[in-house]
Order: sequence, then C-alpha cells, then structure tokens
Amino acid sequence: MTASKTTSSSDLILLACFAAAVMAGPVILAPFGAGYPDLLQKFAIFGIFAIGFNILFGLTGYLSFGHAAFLGAGSYTAVWTFKLFSMNPIPAIIMATAFGGVFALVIGFISLRRSGIYFSILTLAFAQMSYNLAYSVLTPITNGETGLQLVQTDPRWLDTTVFGRDYGSTLPSSDLFGITMTGYSGFYFCAVMLIICFYISMRIFRSPFGLMLRAVKTNQNRLNYTGVNTRPYTLAAFVISGMYAGLAGGLMAVTDPLAGAERMQWTASGEVVLMTILGGTGTLLGPVIGAGAIKYFENIFSAYNDTTLMNIFSFLPEGLQTGVVNILGLFVGDGWHLTLGALFMLIVIFLPGGLMEGVNRLVNWATARFKNKDDGAPTPEPAAS
Amino acid sequence: MDAILLQILNGLDKGGAYALIALGLTIIFGTLGVVNFAHGALFMLGAFCAVALKSLLQVSFVTESATQKDFLGNPLKIETPYIEHWFGDFGSFLIEYSVPAAILMAIPVMLLIGVTMERGLIRFFYKRPHAEQILVTFGLAIVLGEVVKKFFGANPIPQSAPELARGMVDFGVMLGFDPGAVPYPTWRLVYFLFSLAVIGSVFAFLQFTTFGMVVRAGMADRETVGLLGIDIDRRFTIVFGIAAVVAGLAGVMYTPIQPPDYHWGMDFLVLSFVVVVVGGMGSLGGAVSAGFLLGILQSFASMNEVKSLLPGIDQIIIYLIAVIILLVRPRGLMGRKGVMES
Amino acid sequence: MSVLSVKNVNKRFGGLQALNEVNLEVEEATVHAIIGPNGAGKSTLLNCFVGRLMPDTGNVTFDGHSLLGLPPHEINQIGVSRVFQTPEIFSDLTLLENVMIPAFAQRDGAFQLNPWHSVSDESEVSGEAMEMLRDVGLSDQAQDIASQLSRGDKRRLELAMCLVQKPKLLLLDEPTAGMARADTNNTIDLMKRIAERGVTMVVIEHDMHVVFSLADKISVLAQGTVIAEDLPEKIKGNPKVQEAYLGGAHL
Repeated sequence: MTASKTTSSSDLILLACFAAAVMAGPVILAPFGAGYPDLLQKFAIFGIFAIGFNILFGLTGYLSFGHAAFLGAGSYTAVWTFKLFSMNPIPAIIMATAFGGVFALVIGFISLRRSGIYFSILTLAFAQMSYNLAYSVLTPITNGETGLQLVQTDPRWLDTTVFGRDYGSTLPSSDLFGITMTGYSGFYFCAVMLIICFYISMRIFRSPFGLMLRAVKTNQNRLNYTGVNTRPYTLAAFVISGMYAGLAGGLMAVTDPLAGAERMQWTASGEVVLMTILGGTGTLLGPVIGAGAIKYFENIFSAYNDTTLMNIFSFLPEGLQTGVVNILGLFVGDGWHLTLGALFMLIVIFLPGGLMEGVNRLVNWATARFKNKDDGAPTPEPAAS
Repeated sequence: MDAILLQILNGLDKGGAYALIALGLTIIFGTLGVVNFAHGALFMLGAFCAVALKSLLQVSFVTESATQKDFLGNPLKIETPYIEHWFGDFGSFLIEYSVPAAILMAIPVMLLIGVTMERGLIRFFYKRPHAEQILVTFGLAIVLGEVVKKFFGANPIPQSAPELARGMVDFGVMLGFDPGAVPYPTWRLVYFLFSLAVIGSVFAFLQFTTFGMVVRAGMADRETVGLLGIDIDRRFTIVFGIAAVVAGLAGVMYTPIQPPDYHWGMDFLVLSFVVVVVGGMGSLGGAVSAGFLLGILQSFASMNEVKSLLPGIDQIIIYLIAVIILLVRPRGLMGRKGVMES
Repeated sequence: MSVLSVKNVNKRFGGLQALNEVNLEVEEATVHAIIGPNGAGKSTLLNCFVGRLMPDTGNVTFDGHSLLGLPPHEINQIGVSRVFQTPEIFSDLTLLENVMIPAFAQRDGAFQLNPWHSVSDESEVSGEAMEMLRDVGLSDQAQDIASQLSRGDKRRLELAMCLVQKPKLLLLDEPTAGMARADTNNTIDLMKRIAERGVTMVVIEHDMHVVFSLADKISVLAQGTVIAEDLPEKIKGNPKVQEAYLGGAHL
C-alpha cells in the first residue's frame, strides 16, 4: 500500500528529528536555563521511564500505580552490579533492565488477573510492599534509609580480574571505558539510551502487537471473541514497561551511584503517570515531553523562594508585592508539590489528552482558520453583503 | 492468651479508623460511582481541625511574673491563653478538651469541604472513566496535603487526650487475668467506642430515614433510582458531605493516638482502599468488618513472635491480604459480584 | 452433517430454569434461526455456545470439539465467530484496523509476540481487510474512526470483522435490533450473500421478516425448552408456536 510507505518514512523523519533534538539538547535548552548536564540527564532518564509506562498505560489502558517499584529495583540492581562486577555502565544497565523485566513479570503475572481499578490497587499494593520491605527486612540488600552506596572495598570482580583495573584509594565513579559517566558524557550516554528506547517504542506502536494492545484498551471483550488471548499481550506490555523502568533506574545509578527506597514510593509512581498524561497518553512523543516539562518546572520552581520572588515583583507597590509573593510563594520552593498536584488536576480536567492533544487542537483550529481565509467565498459573510 | 487479647485490643482503634474512612469511600463509590483518592486527605483535614482548634484556643498574651525569675535573673514570662483569661476555669477546660471539642468544629467544616469538593470537582467526573477519577482526586489529595503542610509545617504535631482519658484501662482484671497483664490506653478505648458510635449512626441513618433508603437503593442500582425521578444530584452532594464528615471525625479523634502530619492523607488512603477492596467495593458491612479485621491482623503481625517467624510481615500484611483477596475472591468479603470488574 | 450439536443442556439461575433439556442440531451451510418470546432463554443458549456461560449439565460440541469450559478466544480459534446484540467493535480505531485485528488473530493465532514487525508491511492482511470492507460497503470510510459510524454501519463493520476470519460458524444475536427498515433490508441482503458462500449461521431474532427471509430452519424456544423445530413454512402453522406467542398468560 502506498499509504503505508509514507507512514514509515514519516516515522523515520520523526525519529531523525527526535534524535537530533535530543543530541542538541544542551544547545537548544541553554536559553531556557536548562542546558546543564544534571537536569539534562533527568530529562533523558524520566523520558525513558515515561515512554515505557506509556507502552502499558497508553496502549492497553491498564493504569499501574506501582511502576516506581521497577525503577527502584533497577537502581539497586545497577549499584550492586557496580559493587560486585564492574564500574562499566553497560553491565549495570543490562542487569537493571533484566531485573526490572523479571520483577515486572512476577508482579504483572499476578496483577493482570484483574483489570480496572483492581489492577491499579494490586500494583499499588505490590509497590508499597516493595517499598516497606526495602526499608525493613531487605536492609542487607538495600541498606535501608541510608541508601545503597559504593564503598572502596567493593570487590568489582570483573574490573580487577578481567580488565585489571585498580581504582586505588579513590572511590570510583561509573565510567564507560575511561569516559566518566558524569556531566555531559553521562547525559550523552542517557541520550543514546533514550533514542534507542524511543525507536523501540515506535516499532511497538506500529506493529501488529501494538495494534492488539490498542485493541485491548478500546474493547477487550471483543478482542477475546476475536480469538485473541489478551492476557499474554498485556503481560508482555507490562514486562516491557517494567524493563524500561528498570533501565531508567539503572541509568539513575549510572549518573549517580546511589540507590534509595524513596524511588519506590507510590508518589514516584504517581509522578510517571502525570508525566505521561501531561504529555499525551498513547502518543509517541507525549511522554518524553511530559517528563521534560515536569522535571524542568520542578527544577525552576524549586529554585525560587520568597526572596527571589520579592526581587522579581519589586516593581509593584509594596502591599501588592507582598500579597503576590505570598500567593505565589505557595507554589514555589518547597511548594513545588502543590504546583504538581494542581497541574495534575488541571490537566485531567481540561486536557485529558495532554499537551499533544492541545497541540493538535491548535493545529486543527489554525488550519480551519487558514482554510476559511483561503477560500472565503463559501463562508456566509460575503453572501450576506 | 493475654497477649492475644492485647493484640486484638491494639488493633481495634486502628481498625476503627480504617473502618470509618473505608465506610465513606465505599458509600461514595456505591452511590456516586466515583473512586475518590482524596478521601484519605479528608481524614487528614479532620485531624488538622483538632490541631487548628487547639492552637486557636492557645493564643496567649505574655505577662511578666512578679515573683518568679528565669535562669538569667529576668522576670519569668508567663503565657496566659486569652480564653483562660476571659473564662477562667471554663477556658482551661476547653483547652483540656480541645480534641473532643474539635468534633463540633469539624462537623460543619468537613461538611462544607465535602460539599464544595463534590460541587466544584467531583460532579464533573461522574461520567468520566475511573482512571480519570483516580487521577484527578489523586491530584487533589496532593494539593490538600501540600496546603496543610504550608500552614502547619511538615512535622507531626502531637495532641493530647483530655486528662481523664490519659491513663490505662486494665482489661485483664475484668476478665480474670493478672493485674497489669492487659493494659490498654483509655483514649484508644474511647476511640474504639467513638468509631462504633459513628458507624452505628451512619447505619441507622441509612436504615431508618427516607434519605438513607434512597442512598441504599442508589447503591444497589444507581440507574433505576435515577429513572424514578428522584433528585439524585442534590442527594449525592449530601452523601459526599456526610462521607467527608465521617472521615473528618475519624481524623479528629485519632490525633491523640498518633500525631498528625500532612502525609496522613496518603498513608491512610492506601490502607483504606485496601480495606474497601477486602470488604468488597460498595459494601457497607464489608468495609466495617474488613476495617476492624485488618486493624487487628496488623497488630498481630507486629508481635515479636510473629515477626521472628516471618520477618517483615508487619510491613506488608495489609497489602498481602489485599492481594490474596483480590486473586481468590475479587469481589471482596461481602461485595456483590461484578462490581468494578473491568 | 451437523456442525453444532447441543445435547440436553440445562442452565439454572437461582430459581429460574433458563434452559431445560435443550437439544439442537445445526446442519452445515444452513441458516438456523432461534426464535421465541422474551425471556425464552435464547441469549442464554447463545452464551453457552461461546464460553460466556457454562451449562449446568449437557454438552455443546462444534465440529467434534466440546465447547464447554473453553475460553472465548479458543472457541473463536476453532472457527466460531459471534456478532453481538449491541455491536462490539474497537471504537477508537479505524475501520481498517478493526478488520485487520481479526485477520491477524486468524493468521497468527491467539498470541503472537511480533513487536518488530510493521503493520504497514502486512499488505496481505490489509488487502484482505480492505476487500472485506468493500464487501460490506464500508471501504470509503476505511480510515475513519469506528465510533463515528451509525448503528447500522457498526453492525456491518462487526460482520466484516467476523467474516474476515472465514468462520465455520457465525452466531448472530439479533443482528437487526434497533435498525431502521432500510438498514434492516441491507443487512438481510448482506447476510444472504454470506449464506450463499456456505457459512453456517445461527441467528437469534425477534423480527419475523428477517427470520423468514433468511432461515433454512427454525427452532422455537419457550420457557427454556425447544417446543418446535421445523422448516420456516411449516413453523407458522404449528399450534404450539402460536400458543407460545399468542396464547396464555401474555394476553
């Protein structure tokens, strides 16, 4: 079919633009004050997390409230891989992805026996169990509240025996054959992963498998009567999204070799839900945009405090200035979560399709306007005159 | 034996709180068909009614003592709450009883909050998918938590029970155990009885008033009741308000047991949802019995004997039970079949 | 030769005997209509064919396979497709996708992990789906979202979704319910064409016009029992049928 040819070439263009935009991220985002590596790393990592979540929620409609568990598990796995095997990030992220997948297989196998809100609560229950256990009984593995850290005496078996590397008395950081995974090199490592993940997600979206997942969301009953066993499809989607989360957790540990249980908390699961719906559930680009937007505003808003606000509004008369600052002060600094919650509500109420839907609406509106202007004759106005 | 009795007693107050929150959740779900993730936040707001009242009552002026000196030799500053100054002993009495007195304040406040919430937000979500209801109320829960944090800070604020209820009740003696074998804080007993009273009133209200009859009919078959030409909308608002009051009262009275903080909303919400699921979505009796059952089981799981046998069980027991119930009997202990499936 | 055979099926809901010793044989390449007053157990019977309900006793076999206890997707995979009373389609997807999904299910089986394939490379399946849409007269709207269709068009789409699987047996639950006359006639024509291809059909229907234009054989169900089974021209004169429809408590 000719139509299909155009879609795949437009996909290639989309992928190329995406890759270019990600790679040029430091330059593009510099004017917005977001061109520094720590934040860029977060964009890429949470982008991966949200893309994966979207494969489950966006395609199948199954709302998981426990995906942070896979993120946390990925971080722990990566740090353990550093400790036991090598400071090279590649084995760490492979292990993190694999463990995220296995963990998701177990939890998904049980949770997917139910659907709707019961599924959400099951995933929530598993995530809370993981979180509580990470703080209590699993302390030997997770190091409890302190968080799992590297220590100088870690064995790093691969590094010492195969690569013959000795870090001496310094505490090593992760490095890819000599390139330290902090700063810009860390970002570019994450960026490459993000592009690969985006490509995989695109392939899934365009595949018969992805079509079946979308069919699950719109009418699971019909799909069953169409001869499709929906359970393995949803489980596969769950595991894939768990692997994405594991990878994201692993990358967090790569850029900063520390893993704490708070990454598993259900508010963290809520955050990825918000990223996905903010950008646009079920769209390819939406989750990445949503993740970027949230992390960007988190960064901006958290940096403000009442003093900086006072400076900004110093042009106002004093009484008004304090008033404005008092109100805005609620939303910045520590109040960032308030903004997050309010944003959550606003998006769900007014724009359930997310930013991507907003963009589409704008485009449609603009094209409709443009068309009207273009062929003005059929519109009623000239007829009246 | 006495250890078992003690654990049962220990579970009752927590169970009462779970039951009260779950009761509201399940009524809202049963009548309005809304999954309210902000219900835990209502419990938390109730608790902060008590905190607010106490701090209001304790607004003081400062005088310098003529006789006493502080350690620097300056006259000792004495804070006298205005209310004691104005009303004397009655003022001190009010401060002493601020927690139970907060009930009077919490009823109108929570009713107002509940009604505002329903009119301003929830009613627009009756027809929207459950996922969107969950998300929007989740957002609201975050907002409410953060607002409270802004005003009251992030740290737990201890509240004290009235002097009378600060001691222990020795249950063991009544049942023939050794004195002191089964000690039970009086306030926890008060809380348990209070929760029973509230549950009883809710049931009586639903059972014996016309309004309650409509609500129960709505829970059994929402669509038909709507077709009967009953003004469901206004009743829904009131139902939501009542559920908010019930959750709020549970919060007010819980403050002496555990110092409230803004995070309560989230903590109790997850647990109460589990309670609702275990009891059966939309089942009143289920919510109450599952609340107490899970409270008691949780207290058993935190016994050292149990913990040494199954390490970590105290941390996960409630979730574990929810998982088992959902897999084995998805409609919960007392739920109707097919509710909320898919 | 009979493809679908129902033997001594009983189903009870609480105090209600919904199906009482139902026996039925559906011959290959025929249209078999099941009629009966409201509450006669027609839909219950149909649900027993597709794995939605489990009969208390008795057996339902299709093509030599027992259908009892099989999940719906397995029943479909052995060649039974079903059209629902209210059209069940994938309303968020395009018409073409709606028909491609069953075509994939037919080709790849109940589960296929192929995230690396591309739907756009599956020209054979999409061609087949397009052909089917043309067959039911919806090919112009192939790229439209299915939720926008009229009820009659939704029904035709659902038929296309079933037919693309080349089912051995097609079950239809009131295929013209709630349709305007013109739509009903279109649907009858469509079903006649399907029948001519040799697809075995079981039709539950209230509309006697539809029944008598299509059916090769009619079974009449009343209060959970088959009270008559005959050729269409003979069923009209059957006194038991007249009794069930007109007589007794209903009037």
